[in-house]
Amino acid sequence: MAAITMLEGIRQAIFEEMDRDPAVVALGEDIGVYGGAFKVTEGLLARFGPERVIDAPISETGIVGAACGMGYLGLRPIVEMQFIDFIACCFNQVTNFVAKSHYRWGAPVPMVLRGPSGGGVHGGPFHSANPEMYFMHTPGLKIIYPSTAYDAKGLLKSAVRDNNPVLFFEHKYLYRRIKEEIPAEEYTVPIGKAVVRREGKDLTILSYAAMVYTSLEAAETLVKEGIDAEVIDLRTLLPLDRDAILASVKKTNKLLVVHEDTRTGGIAGEIAALVCEGAFEDLDGPIARVTALDTPTPYSPPLEERFLPNAEKVAAAARDLAKY
Amino acid sequence: MADVIMPQMGESIFEGTITKWLKKPGDKIERDEPLFEISTDKVDAEIPSPSAGVLKEIKVNEGQTVPIQTVVAVIDADGASAGTSTAASAPAPATAKAEAPAQASAPPKSEAPPKHAPSPAASAPRAAAPSPAASSSAPPQRPSGEKIRSSPLVRRIARENNVDLAQIPGTGAGGRISKHDIRAAIEGGSASRASSGAAAAPARAASAPPPAAGGAAVSAVLETAVPREKMYFGHYEVQPMSVMRQRIAEHMVLSKRVSPHVYSVDEVNVSGIAALRSKMKDKFEQSSGTKLTFMPFFVRAAVEGLRAFPTVNSSVDGTNIVLHKECNIGIAVALDWGLIVPVIKNAEEKNFLGIARALNDLAERARTKKLKPEEVAESTFSITNPGVFGGLFGLPVINQPNVAILGLGTIEKRPVVIDDAIAIRSMVYLTLSYDHRVVDGAVAHQFMGKVKHTLENWTESIL
Repeated sequence: MAAITMLEGIRQAIFEEMDRDPAVVALGEDIGVYGGAFKVTEGLLARFGPERVIDAPISETGIVGAACGMGYLGLRPIVEMQFIDFIACCFNQVTNFVAKSHYRWGAPVPMVLRGPSGGGVHGGPFHSANPEMYFMHTPGLKIIYPSTAYDAKGLLKSAVRDNNPVLFFEHKYLYRRIKEEIPAEEYTVPIGKAVVRREGKDLTILSYAAMVYTSLEAAETLVKEGIDAEVIDLRTLLPLDRDAILASVKKTNKLLVVHEDTRTGGIAGEIAALVCEGAFEDLDGPIARVTALDTPTPYSPPLEERFLPNAEKVAAAARDLAKY
Repeated sequence: MADVIMPQMGESIFEGTITKWLKKPGDKIERDEPLFEISTDKVDAEIPSPSAGVLKEIKVNEGQTVPIQTVVAVIDADGASAGTSTAASAPAPATAKAEAPAQASAPPKSEAPPKHAPSPAASAPRAAAPSPAASSSAPPQRPSGEKIRSSPLVRRIARENNVDLAQIPGTGAGGRISKHDIRAAIEGGSASRASSGAAAAPARAASAPPPAAGGAAVSAVLETAVPREKMYFGHYEVQPMSVMRQRIAEHMVLSKRVSPHVYSVDEVNVSGIAALRSKMKDKFEQSSGTKLTFMPFFVRAAVEGLRAFPTVNSSVDGTNIVLHKECNIGIAVALDWGLIVPVIKNAEEKNFLGIARALNDLAERARTKKLKPEEVAESTFSITNPGVFGGLFGLPVINQPNVAILGLGTIEKRPVVIDDAIAIRSMVYLTLSYDHRVVDGAVAHQFMGKVKHTLENWTESIL
């Protein structure tokens, strides 16, 4: 089987799930005729017809509100944000309706809200968002942020089948940059499970999405210096895989969290608290973090480079932590 | 509130032992009023209170040794009058003030560097009253000074394995004890650490674990020759070393380790100076106000020897021989609580009376703990007198950074052969321990010959 891109994995998941379950529908801006801004849904309209593949007007609030209603009535909508940045437009729909419906009146909203996210592609402040932390704080949601084609496909399929609303972030830097062979037969990847990408013993680097590669690159540099880092890909941010995080910290006793999101209020803080609660006496050093700077994502390439974490920054932080 | 800190009483001093608290918690105290007494490597001193108020809390008990800058007590500057408003206006932060007396009394010890061996640790051992009641539960601090730095994990491992962190050398950032350090220590110490002597308390001694290694302080120098467990059997009492005893111990181990000692013994007829001394004793004391002992004779004779054979008056710095132009004679003074070596500086410039005065003054102040740090430093040659306790002769350990030490045996009348006749003379055995790295037998014996000749043919006026 030929290696596929992450984008292709996502596309396959949508096709397979719509094939499998007639309740699954897709809606979003330009997802039909145009095939989506990144061509994730190319061919979808031709395959499943305009009743199940809906080109929506440019109103994120309207799209999510409609999908929420579809969910109430038994459909399983897959909503695309053309860029995940625009999810801010439907913040009220997501946090007040989609997330709370099941709790308020027993009406689950089995929808997936997916879209291209992340920086490193010179998208500037409106097209580079990592919006996970706006929603981490919203009970009722699940958040997935995969890093591989295999995971993207398997997790998206799980997301479609989940009865809870799932936010599914697709790092656009990874869309076509990574390729891997995936099984021919059907598979899913469970939500809420992290995975060890690289075994190590000296410290744990926790990361997700594009930063997994940055962390692995740093780990390769570090191992030449005698620092053996374990790299863990969280895959699901909400719920966090507490067991996997604590198990690794108990093994290596040092933790570095790397995320592309900005620093203050980033997930590293939440993970630090979780580790202090669950493994304080296993820590042999302070919990460290490498993150983007607390600014909007700059458009200028050199500024964006300065803004984002990279392997050098991760290695430097890991070195300090190893030395500690 | 004002913190009272352990002041730094001189360069190269990193810790101090509180020997006595002069105030109790609750006592009112004036600024600059003596608050506690300390003993450090080099000096014993009374420390004045940095501020006025009420002594609120004593954080370091008598007998405990803590690093400089450690908060040893807290003074409530508001005093009993309470009222929180004045707290804000309390003058200056306590630590800043508390440093003032320390700096003021720190000895001005900056001399031309190349002239002096750059090893402060090698100066004469000195100080410390016997520490009363060794407190076993000092806050986590290293004997060498700094607070013990570890991590939650390391503290947990220490707790679970009953290990004293103070005994484990840290290799992490800033000397922090890392997971690897404590694991290595528990597993018996890695090769790199084996020589540190800290060799970690055996992790889980089943029934009767030996006390924590070395109590307050285990210098890297003070390793044990056998596994520690083998020392604890039968009935015993464990007495922690005083700071002075630790310094002497380290100094002696280092001296023996560094300097290849050679010994030579000479017999000197001191009948002449014995007679002179008996004859002049009272007159000398009357006119000079100081006692006439044998010691100044030996010091003068040694200075003559040193001037004739300057190698004996030197220090060794790697492949350099540091020939000292001054003859600074260290005199070992036995104390009830140890030993100290005050130094007669520029003995080559002093006449007999000057040396006699300096000797009596230093010995007296050694016994009353009034020596200043600079008075126990920078010796170029030393003399010790085991004879005073009846020893026929002794083979002393070189007082670093000297290369030789003169030992005086007891002076007694013995039958000796003079011109084929047997006569009774006051005789003394003189020994010279010398560092064979730089002093060879020929020079040593010539030096001793000069000393002997000076003593046996005393011509100098003593008044």
